[in-house]
Amino acid sequence: MIRGRAWKLGDDISTDHIAPGRYFHLRNDLEKLAEHLLEDVIEGFAQKINKGDVIVAGKNFGLGSSREHAARIIKIAGISCVIAKSFARIFYRNAINVGLPLVELKETDEINQGDELEVDLERGVVRNLTMGREYRFTPIPKFLLEILKEDGIVNYLKKHGTFPEV
Amino acid sequence: MRMGKTLTEKIFSEHTGREVKAGEIVLASVDIAMAQDGTGPLMIKEFQELGFKEVKVPKAFLFIDHASPSPRRELSNSQKLMREFGKQMGVVVFDMGDGISHQVLAERFVRPGDLVVGADSHTCTAGGLGAFGTGMGSTDVAIVFGLGKNWFKVPEAIRVVLEGKLPEGVYAKDVILEIARILGSDGATYKALEFQGSCVEGMDVDDRLTISNMAVEVGAKAGLMPSDEKTREYLKKMGREEDYRELKPDPDAIYEQEIVIDVSKLEPLVALPHYVDNVKRVSEVEKEKIKIDQVFIGTCTNGRLKDLEIALKILRKHGKHPDVRLIVGPASRRVYAEALEKGLIKEFVELGAAIIPPGCGPCVGIHLGVMADGERVLSTQNRNFKGRMGNPEGEIYLGSPAVAAAAAVTGYITDPRRLL
Repeated sequence: MIRGRAWKLGDDISTDHIAPGRYFHLRNDLEKLAEHLLEDVIEGFAQKINKGDVIVAGKNFGLGSSREHAARIIKIAGISCVIAKSFARIFYRNAINVGLPLVELKETDEINQGDELEVDLERGVVRNLTMGREYRFTPIPKFLLEILKEDGIVNYLKKHGTFPEV
Repeated sequence: MRMGKTLTEKIFSEHTGREVKAGEIVLASVDIAMAQDGTGPLMIKEFQELGFKEVKVPKAFLFIDHASPSPRRELSNSQKLMREFGKQMGVVVFDMGDGISHQVLAERFVRPGDLVVGADSHTCTAGGLGAFGTGMGSTDVAIVFGLGKNWFKVPEAIRVVLEGKLPEGVYAKDVILEIARILGSDGATYKALEFQGSCVEGMDVDDRLTISNMAVEVGAKAGLMPSDEKTREYLKKMGREEDYRELKPDPDAIYEQEIVIDVSKLEPLVALPHYVDNVKRVSEVEKEKIKIDQVFIGTCTNGRLKDLEIALKILRKHGKHPDVRLIVGPASRRVYAEALEKGLIKEFVELGAAIIPPGCGPCVGIHLGVMADGERVLSTQNRNFKGRMGNPEGEIYLGSPAVAAAAAVTGYITDPRRLL
């Protein structure tokens, strides 16, 4: 079970926002790159968040560049899950591949900055503990959930030697 | 009853060895895989982590095109790692000066019907030659390098019908900006765009590459052009006509959606900061007299010979404004050599431009033209996200080579049709 405080972001948060190109030289040092996570959206974001916090965004989260570093540094910085109205395709796949849980939820506008959230990935439930509300979402397809459970595709392939059953 | 197939379904059927349709998850073999210097080092790390000993994809490449030549020690070291991996694994490394991955792949390797994956979102450029090109992350590309295949969801397709003839001063870039305006930044998420219509039929591959390149800007997984006589002409020019085959969707293919655009009604367009779908008519925007500090003509979107010629047509007639910094980046070594031979580079140099080596240039945001705080750049590139070009305190405007040239002439966003 995922539990953490909500950090509200808007629509169309690109991978350039998440991992700015000017830190291109830090891509082999993801811990350092993670210090700059989303800093063009919220100044000092990486320093302000607590381990386990949840990003709650609008539509099309993760659009743009294919840089997998974006998904990785969200996880490294301590974010436990990203909830958004929708995700861009490459980012979605990268997140699953690196073991970062994603939730597609239409009602993200009803969640406020700082709300305490609980996410049950397998049952497809988001609980807003602060507001006392519960939301259902279509659970992540089983194929991808299998990859997430092993904390990403590299671990999955090392353990099982092949992709999950479709 | 046998149903007609989209181009996407045809290509995935060929690469899975059975008839597949949109929505299915398939294990498909890949023809071409690549990574660049921004994503390559992580790809190599995961390739090794997965214990792969050899590269199994038929054509695998590494490109040092993003920070190239290297502006920093850390990057020099990761580029060295790529060269070493290339030698060890027998993977060709295209190094500084060779050009942008997508352009080099189009010139030398992509065949109609290929499945092309790259650790770079603009791998969809390959769609200009009737291939299914798609961007993935480093780990996914590492898997393709090691297994020669990966899993894919066969996407549904949107039919984009482009009818009519482009008016004077309106180009392929304006067409794809219009598509971005209509669909928005997520209008085609998880889907493929398939382009058809009389405008597409009359369009050369250079222009098709410009349109396919930006398919990802509306969220698409790929942007496919038909493979026809124009494709043959291009492949012949590139000395590989034998790679040609005709490839088109079936007439009764099922599309998720259809968009029809009469291109004869289009005007020069510009994408305003900070989103690619924030598209306006230049004729409207020019009234605001938006001052431009720097103009960049180049990139995988618009750094081909034709683009340089379009820009020069305006620039040689009117000259460059003294306050505008003009940067020109040919997309590949081949484009550079051709531009030299035709005297275009000399003209640009005499007009006051700075020529940068073939590669991604300032579009990456770390070198070769990072703007100052409060400055504005008009670029022929594909993205204008905040901070994209290295400074979140600056603004990026996107337009065709003609719109870029017009801004370089007057110093503000200007309708190029008056300057032709």
